[in-house]
Amino acid sequence: MSITIDKNKCIGCGKCHEVCPGTLIKFDSDKKAFIKYPKDCWGCTSCIKECPVYAIRFYLGADIGGMGSFLHTEKKGDILRWIIEKPDGSISEIRINTKESNQY
Amino acid sequence: MKTEKIKTDVLIIGGGTAGCYAALTLAEQTEEIHVLICEKANIKRSGCLAAGVNALNAYITKSHVPQDYADYALKDADGIAREDLLVTMSERLNAVTAKLENLGFVILKDENGNYVSRGWRNLKINGENIKPILADAVSALSNTTILNRVNIIDFAVQDNHIIGAYGIGIENDTFYVIEANAVIIATGGAAGSYKPNNPGFSRHKMWYPPFNTGAGYAMGIRAGAEMTTFEMRFIALRCKDTISPTGTLAQGVGAKQINSFGEVYEQKYGLTTSERVYGTVNENLEGRGPCYLRTEGITPEQDESLKKAYLNMSPSQTLKWLESGKNPSEQNVEIEGTEPYIIGGHTASGYWIDTHRATTIQGLFAAGDVAGGCPQKYVTGALAEGEIAAESAGKFIQNHASEPIPTEEIASHQKEVLKFLTQKAGQFTTEQLEEAMQTIMDSYAGGIKTNYRFNSKQLAIADAKIQQLMQLSDTLHADDFQELMYIYELRERLTVCRSVIAHLNARHETRWHSFAENLDYPEKDDINWKKYVNSRLENGEIKIILRDVIYGGAPYEHHN
Repeated sequence: MSITIDKNKCIGCGKCHEVCPGTLIKFDSDKKAFIKYPKDCWGCTSCIKECPVYAIRFYLGADIGGMGSFLHTEKKGDILRWIIEKPDGSISEIRINTKESNQY
Repeated sequence: MKTEKIKTDVLIIGGGTAGCYAALTLAEQTEEIHVLICEKANIKRSGCLAAGVNALNAYITKSHVPQDYADYALKDADGIAREDLLVTMSERLNAVTAKLENLGFVILKDENGNYVSRGWRNLKINGENIKPILADAVSALSNTTILNRVNIIDFAVQDNHIIGAYGIGIENDTFYVIEANAVIIATGGAAGSYKPNNPGFSRHKMWYPPFNTGAGYAMGIRAGAEMTTFEMRFIALRCKDTISPTGTLAQGVGAKQINSFGEVYEQKYGLTTSERVYGTVNENLEGRGPCYLRTEGITPEQDESLKKAYLNMSPSQTLKWLESGKNPSEQNVEIEGTEPYIIGGHTASGYWIDTHRATTIQGLFAAGDVAGGCPQKYVTGALAEGEIAAESAGKFIQNHASEPIPTEEIASHQKEVLKFLTQKAGQFTTEQLEEAMQTIMDSYAGGIKTNYRFNSKQLAIADAKIQQLMQLSDTLHADDFQELMYIYELRERLTVCRSVIAHLNARHETRWHSFAENLDYPEKDDINWKKYVNSRLENGEIKIILRDVIYGGAPYEHHN
């Protein structure tokens, strides 16, 4: 259970660092964000929702059944687009309107 | 190390659900009092609600009254809860919900503008952004200062009267001395005391925030506050691996608990929170595992709604469904019990408080997960308690003057912090001692390993070993303030563990299966144990205080 931050995409804005409830994200010497304590991630995805350049993705550890897929979200207005990338390269998407309630 | 001294009227420790609402309440009363929130993370996404929440689970729907909710919570706790606290909380559930909606929170409504409920006490919502909404409202208050990334490590108490607290700035290498006229403790419960379901790479993929380490309980215990019902541990029934909520499946699409033979077993054991866990444990022990929530056969529309609902509160479960290539309609969802947590938002563990949420330490008020005696709070109950505690603190400071913290007290806390930062690293790391603590609690204090069961001999071993770890923790070294926080978190957990062990040992019955399954006393004993098990630290020893359960909801005041 953890996140991965793409250094090539990171612009060093610090928004992920600001919200992480575990204070787990730090900056390297290039001022790019990295997760210093990957095992301590709760998987809340707060950082992913903040990242303006979609550099952060979330995955399940192999110990809890992860098989190599990644999840991230891109917000456009009221719509959260959740994007799942599978190891075979296929991509699927679930859109959620943040102004609409859960059905359950 | 820098030292910063701050003076405030009301200090709120913990900017989560209850803490944020306490700040909003104090600002509404009067803007003339200064409020300081100290939050170990950032209030925008801190505490239980960082990822969101799936429903408002405590609401009084049409044709029901607050007493109904109190009755439900009392029944779920099998009689060991405080009716005065439950009723005063329940009376406010709907007003705090309305206020949350005014702040921009999305609640499902029907065509007539009425809320849509899930069962008789739950509302359907979009809870993904509940914490940013609360944080924005608090950030706009002119009388309130927010110190993010400041972890409070101890109270300043003189003659059983709180005068402030000490903290460490995790990212600015600062030691904080805060003088306050009143303090509201609104920190979280305690996760991470027991070995988690997946102790390796995914050790923090747990039900409750792993960053809630029981600081509020530990500070109260050390300061000699009376604490209650730590033996009523909370064990969540969860989706296996992702440790995601099961209520959405059970209540949302009516999924029943079934064993590997496809038999519905939940009626056999009962439907209280602890019975649902116990039934699952027992079916596995008797060779009928694994256990599942039966989702096979639900509609494709239900599949899509479920995937969205989980993305709004626990995205890993949706990822799991997508990775496996099978929707919930195509495969039942395996379930398991988590490791035990101590959490007053769900059970009755925490500070022993009066009806106004005053603890037994003068000037210290408690709300949310640290406030005992008032289970089944959920989000709205924590908001309601934040409101009550804030009103009480506001009244308290009107007739009370603040006092300075004596310089020798400040010096001794500074000295302890400096010791961890400067002493040579001992043989063990904080992480190693944390692992040792979790193994001890797992093996000897009713963890997953023993199917949550224990006896007094095991508890005695646990107590001795936890005390040894506390001594070893004196030798730890921190390279920076984050590691310093980890040392304090470990010591908080050890302090809570000791009290949990003492409480488990004191209740000579088994009232709640799994939550407190005492093999020496496997039966419920209503004649002798309709009692609250309370405790207070006296001269380093945990003194157990048994108090009779009182029903009827009359206001409770502290005495003797």
